[in-house]
Order: sequence, then C-alpha cells, then structure tokens
Amino acid sequence: MISSQFDAVIPILCVALAGLVVLLAEAFRGRDEKMPIGGLGIIGLVGAGAASVLLWNRQAESFGVVTADNFALFVNLVLVAVGILTVIFSSQTVERDGLPAGEYYAILLFTIVGMMLMAQANDLLLIFLALETMSIGVYVLTGIRRNQPAGTEAAFKYFLLGAFASAFFLYGIAFLYGVTRSTHLDAISSAIAAQSMSGNPMILLGVGLLIVGFAFKVAAVPFHMWSPDVYEGAPAVVTGFMSTGVKAAAVAAFVRVFLKGLDPMVADWAPVLALIAAATMILGTVVGVAQTSLKRMLAYSSIAHAGYMLTAIVAANGDGADTGKAAILFYLAAYSVTNLGAFGVIALLGTRERANDDLRDYAGLWHTHPALATLMTFFLLSLGGFPPTAGFIAKWYVFGAAVGSGYYGLAIIGVLSSVVSVFFYLRIVVMMYMTDRDARPVPAQISRMAMAGLVLSLIGVLYLGVLPSAVIDFAQASISTIF
Amino acid sequence: MTGLPLLSLAITLPIIGAVLLMFVSNRDGAKDGLIRNLTLAVSLVTFAVTLALWAGFDLTAAAPAFQFVERHAWIPSFGIDYYVGIDGLSLMLLVLTGFLTPIALLSGWDSVEKHVKEYSILMLLLEASLVGVFCALDVFLFYVFWDFVLIPMYFLIGIWGYDQRIYAAVKFILYTMAGSVLMLVAIIGLSWVHQGATGEYSFDLLELYELQIPAATQYWFFLAFTIAFIIKVPLFPFHTWLPDAHVQAPTGGSVILAGVMLKMGGYGLIRLAYPLFPDAALYFSPLLATLAVIAIVYGALVAMVQPDLKKLVAYSSVSHMGFVVLGIATMTTIGVQGASYQMLAHGVSTGGLFCMVGMLSDRRHTRLISEFGGLKTVMPRLAAAMLLITLSSIGLPGMNGFIGEFLIMLGGFDWDARFVVIAALGVILSAVYMLWMFQRVFHGTVTNDHNQGLPDLSFREWAIVGPIVAAAILMGVYPNAFLKPMEPAVQRIVERVQAHQPPAETTAEVR
Repeated sequence: MISSQFDAVIPILCVALAGLVVLLAEAFRGRDEKMPIGGLGIIGLVGAGAASVLLWNRQAESFGVVTADNFALFVNLVLVAVGILTVIFSSQTVERDGLPAGEYYAILLFTIVGMMLMAQANDLLLIFLALETMSIGVYVLTGIRRNQPAGTEAAFKYFLLGAFASAFFLYGIAFLYGVTRSTHLDAISSAIAAQSMSGNPMILLGVGLLIVGFAFKVAAVPFHMWSPDVYEGAPAVVTGFMSTGVKAAAVAAFVRVFLKGLDPMVADWAPVLALIAAATMILGTVVGVAQTSLKRMLAYSSIAHAGYMLTAIVAANGDGADTGKAAILFYLAAYSVTNLGAFGVIALLGTRERANDDLRDYAGLWHTHPALATLMTFFLLSLGGFPPTAGFIAKWYVFGAAVGSGYYGLAIIGVLSSVVSVFFYLRIVVMMYMTDRDARPVPAQISRMAMAGLVLSLIGVLYLGVLPSAVIDFAQASISTIF
Repeated sequence: MTGLPLLSLAITLPIIGAVLLMFVSNRDGAKDGLIRNLTLAVSLVTFAVTLALWAGFDLTAAAPAFQFVERHAWIPSFGIDYYVGIDGLSLMLLVLTGFLTPIALLSGWDSVEKHVKEYSILMLLLEASLVGVFCALDVFLFYVFWDFVLIPMYFLIGIWGYDQRIYAAVKFILYTMAGSVLMLVAIIGLSWVHQGATGEYSFDLLELYELQIPAATQYWFFLAFTIAFIIKVPLFPFHTWLPDAHVQAPTGGSVILAGVMLKMGGYGLIRLAYPLFPDAALYFSPLLATLAVIAIVYGALVAMVQPDLKKLVAYSSVSHMGFVVLGIATMTTIGVQGASYQMLAHGVSTGGLFCMVGMLSDRRHTRLISEFGGLKTVMPRLAAAMLLITLSSIGLPGMNGFIGEFLIMLGGFDWDARFVVIAALGVILSAVYMLWMFQRVFHGTVTNDHNQGLPDLSFREWAIVGPIVAAAILMGVYPNAFLKPMEPAVQRIVERVQAHQPPAETTAEVR
C-alpha cells in the first residue's frame, strides 16, 4: 500500500487510467485494424467497481475533499453499471455511425471520472470541478456525430445552457463562501448551524443559485427545457448514458450538498424543492403524452423521474428521513438499469441514415423483432412502475418515504402522474404489439453483444423488482455512515 | 394439512407453465396444438390443486382462521413477507378461478388463431396473479398481484380483441390503475401508522387489523381503498370501462374478466376495506348502498336496450355486481354471505353467458341481437344450455343466482329495508332483459338466412357448457356446500366490523 491518502480516489483513478489507455490504444491502432477498445473501458470500470467494493465501510478520505463513504460507493457502483452497459451498447453505434472509437470511449470514461468525483466530492469547489469534467464530456458526446446537424445543434444548445447553469452554480458557491468562509460541506454545515443564519438573504441567495444549478443538471422544471432537444439530437446510446449517469451523479451531489452541507437550513429549501418536484412530475408526464418521437417521450419521462428523485430528497427529512435517503439510492439503481435498457433498444433500431425513433417506426415491432419488443415492454413497464419490476419497488420506496415524512400531497401527485406516464409508455406498447407492421424496413442485424447488454439490463430490472431485499439493505447501509 | 405448499403450488404452477411455453418454438403456428393442450393441462392441474385445497380445508369449529398458511421473509427491512393463506372466502374464489380458467381456454380454442403461444402464456400469468390476489395475506403482496393482473389482461384485450380493442385496452388499464395507485398510497400510510404505533413496519394484514386508527385517517384510507375496489367491481358511476373492455375482449378474456376479475373488487371490500377501517366503513356504507342500488337498476335498464349481446351481458354484470356491493354494505352475516355467494354465482353464470355469446359470435362473426332469431330450431342444444344459464342469471329459485340475491336482500332487510325495495326492482328487470334477449335470439322463425344450418354444440363446446350448467344447478340445489366454508370467514369479518366501537368524539358525526 502506497499511502492511505490515496485510497478514496482509487475507483476514480481506475477509470481515468482506462481512459488514458484507450487513448493510447487508439494512437497505436493501425488503419482498419479491429481492436476491442471498448473492452479496455470495461476492464477499467470493473476495476473501479472492485475498488468500490473493497473500500466498503472503510470511510476512506483523500486530501480532505474526496470521501469514499458508503453513499458515494453505492453511487459509484451504479455508475459502473451504467458505464459498462453503455460501453456494451455503444459498440454497434460506434461501428454503424463510423464514430472515432478511441475518442468516443476515452471521453465516455473521462465523463464517468467526473461523475464519480461528483459523487465522492465533499467540497463545493471540487463538486464544481467534477460537474464541469462531466459536463464537458457530455457536451462532446452529444455532438460526436459531427456530420449530423441535429447532433451539433443539440450539443451547442446543451453547452450554452449548461454553461449558464454552471455559472449560476459557481455564483451560489461564492455566496455561500462569502457567508460561511468555507467551501467544505462540513464547515458550511457547522457554520450555518452555529450562527443560525437560516434567514440570512445572502445565504438564501446562495442556496437558491445552487438549486438552479442542480435542477438544470437533473433536468427539473423549470430548468428542463434543454433536455428534450438534447436527448433527441444525441445518439441514442449517449442519450441513455446522459439520462442515467448524469442524473445519478447530479442527484448524488445534490443529496450530499443539501442533506449534509445545507441540512441546518432544511426548513428553507424543502418547500422550494417540494414545489419543484411536484411541477417536475406533473409537467414531465403531461407533456410526455403529446410526444411522437420516442427519444423525446423518454426525455420527458426522465424529467418526470427526476421529479420522483426530488420527491425522495424532500422526503429525506422528517419521520421518513432514512427511508427517503435510501430510497434515492435505490431509485437511482432501478431507474438507471431500466432507462439504459430502453435507450439500448432505441439505439439498436437506429440506422446510419435514420434514427428510427418515431413512434410509427415501432409499429409491429413485435412481429419483426419479438425479442426486442418483449425486452422493451419490460423496460417500459418498469418505467411505468408496474410490479414485478424494479420501477415498482423504486416508486413504492420513494412514495413510502414521502408518506412517512408527511408529504401526502407529493405522494398523490407522484402516483397519479405515474398513471399519466403509463399512458404514453403504453402508446409505445400499442405500437409494438397492436398495430400492423409498416412497410418501412427496420434493421435486422442485432449484434449479440448488444443483445447480451439488454438481457443484463432485464436481469437487473427483474432482480430489483422481485428480490429487492439485498439492494434495499445495501442502500440502507450506504446512508448509515454519512448522515 | 398436507406437507405440500399447495397455495404456492397454485400460484407457481401457471407461472412454470408459462415459462415452459416461452421455450416452445412456434414458428408460423406449427406447434399451436401442442401449446393449447399443454396450457389446458396446466390449468386443469391448477384446478385440481384448488380442489385439493377444498378437500383439505378444515371446516371444524376449532380450525384456525387462515389455513394453508405459508410465510417467508421477502423484504425484511420493511416487514414485507411472502405471506399467503386462505379462509373459506378465499378458498371459494380460488376454486372459481381454477374452474373458469380451463373454460376460458377452451372457449378460445379455435377462435384464437394468431399468436397462440403468447395468448396461452398471458392466460396462465393471469391465472397465477388472480390466485395470488385471493390468497395474499400481506398487503404489499396483495397489491403486487393486484396491479400485475392488469398487464396480461391489457395484452389479451389489446392483441386478441375486436375492432376497438386498443381504445378498450388503454381505457381499461388507465381506469383501473388510477384507482389502485391511491390504494398504494393508503397501504403505505397504513404501514406508517403501524410503525408509529409499534415501532415496526408491517404489511401483515392480520396485524394491521388490530391497529387503532384515528377516525379522520380512516376516512381517507377507506376512500382510497374503496375507490380502487369499486372501480374494479365496477360500481356506478365508475363502470364505464367495463362495457368497452368486455365487448372488445376475446371470449376467454371476457370470461376471466367477468368471472374472476370483477370479484377482486368485492373481495377487496370484504377482506381489506371493511375490516381495516370499520368506523369509516360503517359511516360510508349508506353511500355505497345507494350507489349499489343505482347500479342495480341503472345496469338493468341500460342492459335492456343494448343491441349487442356482449354489451348486454356486460351491463347485466354491472347490475348483478351491484347486489354484491349492497350485500357487503349491509355488513350483516347473511348479507355478506349473500354477497360472497353472489360473486361465485355471477362468476359461473356470466362466465357461461360470455362463452355462449362467444359461440354465437364464432359462428356468425356478429353479436348483434337483430342478426339472430329463431336459433332454437337450428341449435336446440345450445338454446337449451343458454336458457338454463339465462335462468340462473335471472335468479330463478333452484339455480345459483337465486341464493345470492335472496340472502343479500334478507340481510338488507335487517339493515335498511328501503334499499332492498329498490334492489328488488333489479331482480324483475333482470328477468325482463334476459328473457327478452333470449326470446329475440332463439325464439320465432329463422329470419336471417345466414343463421340456417349453423352447427350445434361441438364436443369442445360441450366441455364448456356441461360443467357450467352442472355448477349452476349444483350451486342452486345444494348451496350449503359453498356457504358452509365461507360462513366462519364472513362471520369473523362482520363481527370485527360491528364489534368495533367508534372512538367517542366521532360518534356524533357518524349518527
């Protein structure tokens, strides 16, 4: 062992190292030589996962600002799963669209580095740094198909709005620093508690700006405008990656900042977040109904899911506090495997020329690709929250926390909005099963690798839905150490 | 009791069957016959299991409230168990499920031509989840099965249904889901109340029975549960999904939908809503009874003017299930017994009616009453069977429909005679619409040439009609075989509700 000083960053280093190796491999690759570059990424991710498991319960901390508490490690494991599945799904897209494999995978891995750092950072400045690392990677991935105007437009939009949000975030940090004289979450927390400055306008402004920054990253109303356009413009795999990884990392940091650093001010921010959560759930589902592009539909769906996660954050104070915090983690895991699976299916059906993500493109999919249609059905049922899938347990967990903390209103909005969301998920099912097949050809070649990834997602969805106990206990153990 | 976990067997057998079917390769329907036979065999074995449960059911007075109990931890940190067990009420509904599933499969034997494999898988999954609903003793488990039932039924209607199937399927699932999610919130709330009282989470129904819940909370929870249940029943004014779903569903789907699924609502009221929230239940009973008598009369009147056979039977269900809710609302032992019996009787006779309407529709590809007429001369055997089931549906003494309605009204007289007077109107009206329908379809001369030379009952159809008619008559002449097991179960629930003293401060409000 070199020094325990570095323990907490080992998972991050694993992924970063893999990213560097990928870049080198690309450089040494001969023209037209086939090289399983994605495999290198998977090795790095598995390493990060193993490191996370080994660090379990050890409360490692590096440089005073990066912690490897169980909470962060749980998120790390979710991110590892997201990363591995994304790499698996990517292979077909990379080949089909002729993307620069080395750059693509390297950026993907560096983005995951940012995400993990975000989950592990214990200092506002470092969180900002991680946020930027992640965001820049995602901007590039969005526009990785340089010859496609839609992708470039999406990337540009995302970049502009994202830069704005980052600025808000940074501004918020500045205000908090101005009042509490620290950017470290523990110091902020104790400073606020000690001086009981919850009514201080400066700090309120700072908290408000932080909410804006985070709400943008998790795509919560009213800062959600970018997400449908960006989700639609990006390649489907990247969209799946963004909608799960970015959300998981942002929610993790959100939780850490608000439930740890700003916990003494909970009475100030909880009502605001409750309002945002309610608006997010309602708007995400209601507008989702009107969409005809699958990617946009799932974009609104993931807005709604951000609302459920925010509900859990709001519920994480009060009688249901512990339930709420654990619910967030479980929700992240359940939502990630499900949503990645759904976007994996969309990605498989695209071609180089057309994304094939219109609702009509799914007409009669059951007749042409029964396996894909069945898999998609499971993912959609899980997104809609039907038993026996992950989505059901996750929603039950979140609403359980909300009810426990007395937020009956949020729970009722939550369940009713999930009924609305079922309506649009079922539109896809109706198309796949109950509408006759179109003349339009759908690509017949489905790579084994991608199929394996989908089956993995399905196993995750059913495992979390039927035997959730282990992961629930794991989630509860994860929050026991930090809050 | 035997050593075999019979209840788990009844749940898992259909699931195992469904999983097996998934591995049968069925390109272009080459293996349709094998799949049909295998599915039927699985459903028959499941029926045998439910009969074995009946045979092994302890009827002596010393018997425990719930028998064949199995309990395994599922999500221990929240006190959620895989916890199943049955009392007499559950037992009878399990037998009904076991009985109707093979019949539903037989009724779709020829008419389901496409995707036989998937159809069979869904029917088996449907059966498994229905069995689960009726024997779950953990409220969370109950909700899981309750919600899962929607999925196979949605596909059955949406893929194998008639012209308007997509609309009907989506309406069905959204309508019933909107009702049940509020129940989910109430279930969660209930577990928190338990946590507040004892410090532990629990979804154990029997433990939740013992909770003392403040009256105001009870009202909300009761409403949340009850709305879920009366949408399923369906009670006026929440019945509008039913005619659509019934008319569009394939015959097999209709049989299960009317025969078993509607009973989930009545079962839920008896098992959950009333005993969990007795104060609220007694407070809202007059309201439920009012809606019930409206449903009875309204359903009957609307049934009378339906031009479509399936729609007629669907509205007759609204009317008959109104009786069930009325019986439950009386909360007398006789009334609830009647309601339980009516559920069984309605399952058998309406299931039978849908089967026979399906037979007519298979032959003529129409269900319009005006297209038929004089069928008695063409198909005397089908006409005879139809007449018997029609009479049982009307409630002719000696047939199964009579016992239930009679007991319900008897119980109702003890409680509030006004409701009974109006409900009796429904009995008369049911004779009007059913007999009128029978007359228009079967009597007279054959006016439509297409009806000439229609084949009478085939062997397969005998296999459907025979057991149903036999069951209808058996239930009519020897009701005790069915009432006896249910009696202690019903009595316990009624006593629990009636014995409950409302907290002092709400007494004034209740009166």
